[in-house]
Amino acid sequence: MAVRALESWLINYRRTWRGSIYSSVLNPVLYLGAMGLALGKLVDQHATTNLGGVSYLAFLAPGLMAASAMQTGVDESLYPVYTAVKWQKTYMAAAATPLRPGDIYRGHILFTLLRLTMNMTIFLAIMAAFGAIKSALAVACLPVAVLTGLSFATPLDAFAVTQQKTDQAFALIFRFGMIPLFLFSGTFFPISQLPAWIRPVAYATPLWHGVALCRALSLGTADVTGALGHIGYLLVIVALGLIAGQRTYRRRLHV
Amino acid sequence: MACPSGQANHPAGPDIHSELTGPAGSVAGVSEPEILIRAHDLTKRFGDFVAVDGISFELRRGEAFGFLGPNGAGKSSTMRMIGCVSPPSGGELTILGMDPVADGPAIRARLGVVPQEDTLDVELTVRENLLVYGRYFGLPRAVIAERTSSLLDFVQLAERAGDQVEPLSGGMKRRLTIARSLINDPEILLLDEPTTGLDPQARHVVWDRLFRLKQQGVTLVLTTHYMDEAEQLCDRLVVMDRGRIAAEGSPRDLIERYSTREVLELRFAVSDHELAADKVAQIPANRTEVLADRILLYVDNGDAAMAAVRGVGLEPITSLVRRSTLEDVFLRLTGRRLEDG
Repeated sequence: MAVRALESWLINYRRTWRGSIYSSVLNPVLYLGAMGLALGKLVDQHATTNLGGVSYLAFLAPGLMAASAMQTGVDESLYPVYTAVKWQKTYMAAAATPLRPGDIYRGHILFTLLRLTMNMTIFLAIMAAFGAIKSALAVACLPVAVLTGLSFATPLDAFAVTQQKTDQAFALIFRFGMIPLFLFSGTFFPISQLPAWIRPVAYATPLWHGVALCRALSLGTADVTGALGHIGYLLVIVALGLIAGQRTYRRRLHV
Repeated sequence: MACPSGQANHPAGPDIHSELTGPAGSVAGVSEPEILIRAHDLTKRFGDFVAVDGISFELRRGEAFGFLGPNGAGKSSTMRMIGCVSPPSGGELTILGMDPVADGPAIRARLGVVPQEDTLDVELTVRENLLVYGRYFGLPRAVIAERTSSLLDFVQLAERAGDQVEPLSGGMKRRLTIARSLINDPEILLLDEPTTGLDPQARHVVWDRLFRLKQQGVTLVLTTHYMDEAEQLCDRLVVMDRGRIAAEGSPRDLIERYSTREVLELRFAVSDHELAADKVAQIPANRTEVLADRILLYVDNGDAAMAAVRGVGLEPITSLVRRSTLEDVFLRLTGRRLEDG
């Protein structure tokens, strides 16, 4: 049944996919060019032992990939859901059909999964084109980054549907959630550069787990225990999100 | 609406995709119960607020059944419970022989819903809206395409099939919503305030389409606070007020039971209104209602009553003798007018 709900998102996406592809390509090209190459040149002039002895570009690219997955996960989960439940009320239309609220929720999560897979495939290809990949293991960055995106999408989608009056909470999520995570989860510099007292906060965020594992895979330094730890953490968050969404969608759509 | 066996108690929809077997077709049969919805002591509470306060009613196959009442009477809450998107807080509700809480998806598969607010995807085209909706019901694309063309003909939107929904007028959106609600060939069509917010001309077009559906034998359930809508479309209706059912019957029944054959409406100058009201009270009438702007006399013979009004020395600015309407029934039952809410 969730597949039927997915179809409505796909039929909508037929109209906008071209524009979305442009930004999926431009975003990594701009970031990898400006920060990876230009800023990287400066960084690489100094000793890069803190980066593990690799170029800044090779250090940065997999981190950016995970951060970009977060971005896609958040973007797909907040306003599209609010629009469907509040402005256009297409969720209310779907709820009048055989679809159950959980189907409507999971249909949107499936769509987010597809969007993540698209964006991350493009990102990985551009990383390769920039010569930012050091190991064949980097192929596994794709599912890891998608999982990272889902760890934001499943809980935030569940949250977005509960917003009744305004979308003000979303601006707060962007400002005080996404931007700090983007900056301080090891994307641009190793967590070891942060003061010791704040590091546990970074370790608790899903983005750090995505960044750390994507980086280890891309650089070829991944070990099984570490990888399983990161994946396990992300899976738990995705699962908690799925449970929450089942409940919040039912409460909102079956009043 | 599309029963291949064509049994007498479900003769609906020859004009609309009758060649197709809908979800209705497989289960309908001569032994099927005549009662499609049965509610007993049905209640809906939101916290401390009681929206629906123990109502009982039955819906029979093929009839057009209405809930008439002002805003806030509990009509929409009732409709949402019937639509299986709102679990009842108490009482019993059986729809198509099933329990709305346990069998929601199976029941919803056989309902058509026209909600009070438009829930169309305004960024998609007219046709795409029907495609998305049809897929929610799991209908094959070929079936949806076929039904789409006949349904868009039916609601007079065939020429707009490829247009985006956003710029369509309110009346067109309503008609599209009606077409959408029929995509699954429903056994019961639920319409919540189907013409609220439309201009008079658009309302008449919608009424005309609904009347055609009714003539094709589609079972209609509608809520309205327009008494003319209820009179035109409903075979049987309940008058709802403050979460309760105040009366039940056909429009004609209700008027006979709760009102008189004729009504004399008198309008006086504002300064004379109160004085006139006192004098009018002396005139023998079944009942008198003094509204803010008019005085209503419920009588069997309006012209005779008018003569009596003149007899006590009153000369109204305007006077009108008319038939009783459901508005009068509502006034009698609740002491308020429908649009007062």
